[in-house]
Amino acid sequence: MIEFNDVTKIYKKTFTAVKDINLKIDKGEFIFIVGKSGAGKSTLIKLLLREISPTEGIITYNKQDINKIRKRSVAEYRRHIGFIFQDYRLLPKMTVYENIAFAMEMICCQAKSIRREVPLVLSMVGLSDKAKYYPDELSGGEQQRVAIARAVVNKPETVIADEPTGNLDIETSKEIMKILSEINKRGTTVIMATHDREIVNHFHRRVVELKNGIIIRDIKAGGYNNEPEED
Amino acid sequence: MNPKRISYIFRQAFKSMWRNRMMGFASISSVTAVLIILGFVLIIVLNVNNLAMVAKETFDQIAVYIEEGTEDEQIEEMGRSFRQIDGVMGVAYQTKDYALERVKEDWGEDAVYLQDLRNNPFPNTYIVQLSDVSKSDEVIAKIETFEGVDEVRYYQEAVNTLIKMADFVKKFGAGIIIALLLISVFIISNTIKITVLSRQREIELMQYIGATNGYVRGPFILEGIMLGLLGSVLAILLIMLGYNYTINYLAGRYVALISGMSGYLVGVEMVLDDLIIIFLTIGIGIGILGSLISLKKFLSV
Repeated sequence: MIEFNDVTKIYKKTFTAVKDINLKIDKGEFIFIVGKSGAGKSTLIKLLLREISPTEGIITYNKQDINKIRKRSVAEYRRHIGFIFQDYRLLPKMTVYENIAFAMEMICCQAKSIRREVPLVLSMVGLSDKAKYYPDELSGGEQQRVAIARAVVNKPETVIADEPTGNLDIETSKEIMKILSEINKRGTTVIMATHDREIVNHFHRRVVELKNGIIIRDIKAGGYNNEPEED
Repeated sequence: MNPKRISYIFRQAFKSMWRNRMMGFASISSVTAVLIILGFVLIIVLNVNNLAMVAKETFDQIAVYIEEGTEDEQIEEMGRSFRQIDGVMGVAYQTKDYALERVKEDWGEDAVYLQDLRNNPFPNTYIVQLSDVSKSDEVIAKIETFEGVDEVRYYQEAVNTLIKMADFVKKFGAGIIIALLLISVFIISNTIKITVLSRQREIELMQYIGATNGYVRGPFILEGIMLGLLGSVLAILLIMLGYNYTINYLAGRYVALISGMSGYLVGVEMVLDDLIIIFLTIGIGIGILGSLISLKKFLSV
């Protein structure tokens, strides 16, 4: 479904962020993209979101070259993807309910379907009782669950999460992972960038490891620290 | 645009205006202030312009001084010829004695100084009444060709000065107006920029979610329009009240001046229609332009 073919991204003509990336992600996969900060995880995600364009190579989504999408159609393309941020990015002046409804209002959706769908995703992430709370009244884990609900409310084919557990303790992270697994079980492709070894090792999933912009490992179901590195 | 989207944009714009009401208040005030200054300049230009126009209409007489020693017959002949000239309504003859008498009357007690005059220094004069002021140049040119005409006096200089003044005020006013417009677009764009900045995360989020530019821009542009609209409505009200008050104040204070000048001042009801159209257009234009300038930077994600 998603394919990177010899993708290289060079910033400002000097800094190579990722190099010769070849990656194939099938529909319904759950994939960890791991590596230290600066390894190229964020660049990979930005390329996939078409926030930036590759210097070389082609990225296809459902066989379509995403860099040939016209500027005005990028919004359309991004509706295939639900995005989860490390810092949640909830709008502070809106309630939990409004934050999720916002994502629906933005791209479609009659009030009726909003009233139907928002409670559904809220119950999926276990926050039905917090609908009227404001983000700053919630814990970090709860805020991230709201963000997940917002990412999936429009039923995207793919969910991309950029360090979704980066600000959370291990127990809370596991809860978040459970929800992401649940989403994946329903057929959504999940791509998660992380440097959290514990999480990766806990869930045996496909792992793509980046180092200095190059894929050094792509394992079907494995861990992050199988072969401890020395550097 | 479907109604759903329009209703979304309106709700968003109103919500955001309410959330950022202090900034909104600042924007509206700046539009109002700029438009009021603009209104003042416009009104002054209009009035000076009007004054020049009225003055031009009033100064419709030419004084023709006749050379000393011209025969009476010839003078009569001249009068008849002047009447034939195109653009002349009528001609009145005024002898030099009459002119002296009038000056004596005017001077009253000071007229004793005129006693010592050995000769009457005033010329015999024809007062030529113009029917059409715009033909004054031609009439003067023709009159000057007559033998026995010493000098032709027309209050053209006064009129010209007024017209020049009006021109100057117009150009000066136009300069000020252009400068003010630029300033107000700058102020609004800055204000909207602050609004946009305060909602940058929201915009970013919208773009990640996959909202089209219409959705992203719509509320901000509408917000700009509303701010400009409110600012201009406020300015219209203030200008109306202020102008009426000023005219009434002047009327109460300088009755004589006003009664003499009533034809020169432009009443508020005469300019109101134009003012409303100009203000609304400019206010809304400033709002849209300001929003667009601010949004341009933030729609690249």
